[in-house]
Amino acid sequence: MASREITRPDPEELLRHIQEQERCEGRGRLKIFLGYAPRVGKSLRMFDEGLRRKKRGQDVVIGAVQSRGSEAVESFVCQLELVPPKLFGEQETIDVAAVIARRPQVVLIDELARDNPPGSANPHRWQDVEQVRDAGINVVAALNLQHIFEHLDEVESVTGKRARNVVPESFLETADEIVIVDVPADNLSEALGQHPTLTADALTQLRELALLVTAQVVEQQLQRYMDAHSIRQSWGTQERILVCITPRSNAKPMMESGARAAARFHGQLLAVWVKQEGLTREAGEAVEANLEYARKLGAEAHILEARDAIDAIVRFAHEQRVTQVFIGHSRQPAWKFWAANPVDRLIQGAEGMDVRIFPHGSRG
Amino acid sequence: MARAGKLKVFLGYAAGVGKTYQMLTEAQLLKQQGRDIVIGWFEPHGRKETIARTAGIEFIPRRVIQHRGAAFEEMDTDAVIRRRPEIAVVDEFAHANVPGSERPKRWQDVMAILDAGIDVLTSLNIQHIESLNDQVWHVTGIRVRETIPDWVMGEADEVVMVDVTPRALLHRLERGVVYSAEKARAAAENFFTESNLTALRELALRQTAHQIEERRDELRLPEPVLAERSGLDERILLWMTPDPSSAMLIRRGRRVADYLDAPCEAIYMDRDAPRMAQHLNFCRNLRIPAHCLTGSDAAQAVAEYARSAGATQIYVARCTREAGRLVRLVKDMQVTIVSERSRN
Repeated sequence: MASREITRPDPEELLRHIQEQERCEGRGRLKIFLGYAPRVGKSLRMFDEGLRRKKRGQDVVIGAVQSRGSEAVESFVCQLELVPPKLFGEQETIDVAAVIARRPQVVLIDELARDNPPGSANPHRWQDVEQVRDAGINVVAALNLQHIFEHLDEVESVTGKRARNVVPESFLETADEIVIVDVPADNLSEALGQHPTLTADALTQLRELALLVTAQVVEQQLQRYMDAHSIRQSWGTQERILVCITPRSNAKPMMESGARAAARFHGQLLAVWVKQEGLTREAGEAVEANLEYARKLGAEAHILEARDAIDAIVRFAHEQRVTQVFIGHSRQPAWKFWAANPVDRLIQGAEGMDVRIFPHGSRG
Repeated sequence: MARAGKLKVFLGYAAGVGKTYQMLTEAQLLKQQGRDIVIGWFEPHGRKETIARTAGIEFIPRRVIQHRGAAFEEMDTDAVIRRRPEIAVVDEFAHANVPGSERPKRWQDVMAILDAGIDVLTSLNIQHIESLNDQVWHVTGIRVRETIPDWVMGEADEVVMVDVTPRALLHRLERGVVYSAEKARAAAENFFTESNLTALRELALRQTAHQIEERRDELRLPEPVLAERSGLDERILLWMTPDPSSAMLIRRGRRVADYLDAPCEAIYMDRDAPRMAQHLNFCRNLRIPAHCLTGSDAAQAVAEYARSAGATQIYVARCTREAGRLVRLVKDMQVTIVSERSRN
């Protein structure tokens, strides 16, 4: 992950907030039903929702339906209006112009990850969705986990298959609502029969991944909500671990311990270094190496500039909603009793967070 | 040490997400498949659609218990066991029974049913899981009293997350599906805010994912590998004091230990012994062994014990007076200072 320099986050936050508001005004809402495998019933849930909205008086149409043939889906589809798709030879694509001209309140779009045939205005269906939302129309869509770009490697390691048509996670994060269609893997395993790649164990892993992806999107939404309502919360529901790097500290075991904890909690790992004047060349290189190692372990590495390192770390930790701060034991000799010990100062400042203090040069 | 019956939990993040409805839908499906299924406890909350889902399923009559001159109804656990069905539906897993019941908590009734070789379907909201108590309070401002220890959750063979979005739930609330209109307004003002619900939902998603992962490891990895893995990592020691913040320290320590597969034990000083009863009881509930240490220098005694016990991490509350001194005494060990989470 990229490192970035942080100076003053407040104007940035403000800008983000304003852009967010502008974006939301007049734009259609997006709701996604996420499934972790075929046949979990995500399309069914989507059409069911469409039908229920229609019964409550909303103007609902279907923009794309993929899972034809299933009796259950068909029984829903036949009760809803379909905007006829455009045909490119054999291939169907959403008729975006027709949907926009029809001006419904809600359009249902199956198989969000479809690619459009060559020659279409938008290469990907999710871009069609953007266009429809820009026209102020709400979208309810269904998506399979296998098609999220950022998780292709994980899915491939489980199923041995790699989807070619994908949706970026950043698109998912623009959704106003995301619902996971959760079915125990055992039930699904029976439904799929003797599937060559989707074994019960593979399904279990996909299910876990889908829950975590959903949790991540929900976390983003919570953050947006908090920002929009000016709620500052120091303790999120996700574990966020911050490792403090100094030139002397033995950062490796600390980073490894942090990475382990972050992996177990499915949390975030951050590393921070506060720039110091007059470092020796060796010390500078040690810091660089530590930051590089942090990035290698998947940490977001941040470099701060501040006169007082502990103050800067405490402020940064609060901004980043950190739940645990890792720092090395103080090396201050006992006779220097008049100077405030930096570790003590960190503990005092780190209200609402755990501070884990590590030995120097021991295992993590 | 698996129990004779299988436990399946329908986990939700708030009242009204549809746990009971989904549980009963599954019960109907099992009945259609010819399984012998009964309802041990059902909480209708006056919801018509949910009540309709019980049609055709046998109810085990409730037991009436007299308490302070009033009659209370509880599940008749013995009658459920005597009836010997294949599967029993038991709503509201975290319910505390009225005093005078055979077992204080419904989850204990469920364990008895499982031990009798009967499978159980049950429902639970995320805020009732003990180790999440502080987080739930922090998010919602509500201290949940009826909780189940995490190890009980760990007994579940399957956990299903019953998911709807907060917005959909709020709509349900407005339409009076969940509570009557008057009650709905009060609920929306206090607990059912979009941010509360979103945060609780995230907790539930993560909890379900964690549970799936644990279960998968259990099924996949042979016993020795699991044992070795837990031995490898960490050993967590909690230093308790009579201060109320120790409850949070215990929850936090338990949670981290569970996630790291690490053993966890607690210690306290003999000077504090007369005022430790509540925390010791809490430790017992969460299956954390606790020891009393003697010595005039508390930090020194804790440090020595930590070394002899091979602890890798000591947990201590920020408000413990000797925390700073302990940190200086054990520069060869990891010390975690746990801070009281305040609501802002």
